[in-house]
Amino acid sequence: MNVPIPDLAPAVAELFMLAAACAVLLADLFVRDARRWITLALTQCVLAACVVIVVVTAGSRPEFTFSMMFVDDPLADALRLCILVSVAVLLAYSRRYLADRDMFRGEFMSLTLFAVLGMMVMVSANHFITLYLGLELLSLSLYAMIALQRDSATATEAAMKYFVLGALASGMLLYGMSMVYGATGSMRLDEIATAIARGEANRIVLVFGLVFVVAGLGFKLGVVPFHMWVPDVYHGAPTAVTLLIGSAPKIAAFAFFIRILGDSMEGLWPDWQSMLAVMAVLSMLLGNLAAIAQTNLKRMLAYSSISHMGFLLLGLLAGNGMGYTVAMFYVIAYVLMNLGTFGMILLASRRGFEADALDDWRGLSRRDPWCAFLMLLLMFSMAGVPPTVGFYAKFSVLAAVVNVDLLWLAVFAVMMSLIGAFYYLRVVKLMYFDDPVDPQPLLASTPSRVLMSANGLAVLALGLAPQPLMAWCMAAIQRSL
Amino acid sequence: MSFPEIVFYALGAVLLLSALRVVTARNPVHAALFLVLSFASAAGLWLLLHAEFLAITLILVYVGAVMVLFLFVIMMLDINVDRLREGFWRMLPLALPLALVLLGIMATTLAGPWFGLAVRVPSPEDAARSNTREIGQVLYTDYVYPFELAAVILLVAIVAAIALTLRARKNVRYIDPAEQVRARREGRVRLVDLRAPRGEGGGEPPASA
Repeated sequence: MNVPIPDLAPAVAELFMLAAACAVLLADLFVRDARRWITLALTQCVLAACVVIVVVTAGSRPEFTFSMMFVDDPLADALRLCILVSVAVLLAYSRRYLADRDMFRGEFMSLTLFAVLGMMVMVSANHFITLYLGLELLSLSLYAMIALQRDSATATEAAMKYFVLGALASGMLLYGMSMVYGATGSMRLDEIATAIARGEANRIVLVFGLVFVVAGLGFKLGVVPFHMWVPDVYHGAPTAVTLLIGSAPKIAAFAFFIRILGDSMEGLWPDWQSMLAVMAVLSMLLGNLAAIAQTNLKRMLAYSSISHMGFLLLGLLAGNGMGYTVAMFYVIAYVLMNLGTFGMILLASRRGFEADALDDWRGLSRRDPWCAFLMLLLMFSMAGVPPTVGFYAKFSVLAAVVNVDLLWLAVFAVMMSLIGAFYYLRVVKLMYFDDPVDPQPLLASTPSRVLMSANGLAVLALGLAPQPLMAWCMAAIQRSL
Repeated sequence: MSFPEIVFYALGAVLLLSALRVVTARNPVHAALFLVLSFASAAGLWLLLHAEFLAITLILVYVGAVMVLFLFVIMMLDINVDRLREGFWRMLPLALPLALVLLGIMATTLAGPWFGLAVRVPSPEDAARSNTREIGQVLYTDYVYPFELAAVILLVAIVAAIALTLRARKNVRYIDPAEQVRARREGRVRLVDLRAPRGEGGGEPPASA
C-alpha cells in the first residue's frame, strides 16, 4: 500500500516543539538536582529556537497540511509567537519561586513545553479533532502542574476542581461538536463554514450544538456563568502555575473562539453574538463586584481576569475584522499585564512567604520604590488608565462595539470599568500611602528586575504607541480570515 | 417495529438505567459494575450501527482493562460514601427546579417538530465492508496528525502520573547490590593505632570481662 507522506513544512514549529520537549524530558534525567538550571536553560533555548523557526517560516498566506487538519496562517504565526514569548518570560520570573518550594524539577519544564505544544496545536487547528486534542494536551499538562506541589492541600484541591470542571467542559464541547458534525456532515472548519453558507444544514441542530460549544469555550476561558473554577484555581495553584494558567492559555482560547465562531460558524453570527453578549455582561458585572470583596491579591486578580475576559468577548461579538483585531490586541495586552502582575507576586515571594495577601503590599513604595512604580503602571493598565496599554485596549474594544450599534453594551462596559478601577487603585493606595509591615526591599535578582522593568515599561510604551501592535494584529487577522 | 428497533430501544433502556445507577448506587463497587453494564450496552448499540471494531474495542479496552483497574482502586481505597453524600438534601431544593427547567427546555427543543435529523441510513454495502479495514486505512494516513497528538497526550499522562506519585524516600533501608559487590577492604576496615599509655601499667581493666 502506498502511504502518502503529508507536507511537513507548515508544521515545522510544532514538530520541533514535540521533538524538543521529548529531548528535554530525557536530558533532564541526566541532570542532578543541584544543576537543575541546565534544564531551564535548555527549555529557554527550545523556546527561543521555536520563536526563530516561527519567524523564519512565517508566510503571508494560509497553508494547509495533514489532510487539511492543520493550518499555518499569519494569525497562527502571530499567536504562536506571543505564546512562546510569554512562556519564556514566565519561566524566567518563576525560577526562584520554584526553587524555594522544591518545585524546580525537570517535570515542571517538560510539562510546560507540552502545554506550549498543546496551545500551538490549538492556534493552528483546522479541524474539531485537532482543536480538541490540543486543548486536552494543554489542560492535562496544567492539571498536573497545579498538583506538582504535593504537600499543599490548597494546590491539590485546586487541581482536583480544575480537573473535574475541565472534564465537564470538555464533555460539553464534544457534545456540541458532535451536534455540529451531525448537522453539517464535516468536522473541518472550512467545510462547516461552506455547509452553513449553503444553508443546507438543519439550523436548529446547529444552534443546539453551538450552545454547547459556546458553553464549553466559556468554561475554558473562565467567563460567567462558567467561572466557578477560576478563583479557586488561581488562588490555590502555586503562583508560577497561576501565571501560566492566566497568560498564554488565554491566547489559545482566543484562537479557539476565532477558529470556531469567527471562521467556521460565521454564518451563525446573530446566534452566538447574543450568547457572547450575555456572558460578557455577566462576567464584567460579577468579576468586578466580587473582586472588590477580596483580601487576597491572587483571588482578586482571578475575578479581575473574569471581567477582562468579559471585555475580550465584547470585541469578539462584534463579529467583524475590526472586532477580531481589537480582541486580539486586548488579549495580547492582557497577557502582558498579567505576566507583569503575577511576575511581581513571584518576585515578592520568599521561601515560606507567598506575598499574595493585599496587606503584604503595604508601603512597597518605601521598601522598593522602583518595583512599586512598575506595579503602579501595571495596576493602572489593568484598570484602563491612560496612557497605559490597558486604556488603549479597552478603548478600541469599546469603539468596535459602538461600531456595530451596541451602544448599551459599551456604556455598561465603561460603568463596570469604573467600578473595577476601585480595586486596582486600592493596591496603589496600599503601596504608596500605607506604612510597610516589613521594611526589607524585594529579594529579586538583577536579571529578573531588568525583565520586570522591561515588562512594566512595555505596558507604558505600548500605551503611548499602540499603532504598530494594532497594525500587526490587523494584518494577521486580515490575511487569515 | 422492526427487530433492530426493538434491540435499539432495549439496549438504550439498559444503558440509561445503568448510567443512572452509576450515579445513585450506594456502593462504589456496584457503581463501577453498572458502568461496565452501560459500556456493554453502548457496545451493543455500536454493533447495531455496523461499527463492530469500535464495539469490540470498547469491550476489550474499557470493560476488560480500564474498569478492572478501576475496581482494583476502589477496593483498595476505603471510600467513605456518607461523606460524599453530604449536602445532597440541602442542595436538592435548588438543584431540582434547575434540572427540571433544563429538562423542559431540552424536551421542547428535541421532541418538537424542528429537530428532525435527516439521518443518513448506512448504505447496504456498508454491512459487507470491513469496518476494521476502513479505520486502518485512514488512521495512519488522513488522521495521522490527531493520532500522534493522542500519543503525546498519553505521554503527558505518563509524565504527570510519575511526577505526582514518585517520591524519593529518605531513611529507607534498601540495599544496593552493586554497592555490596563493589565493597573493598579499604572502605570498611580502618586500622587504628591504639598504643597503650606508658608508665601506668596499662590503665584500668575493662569494667566487665
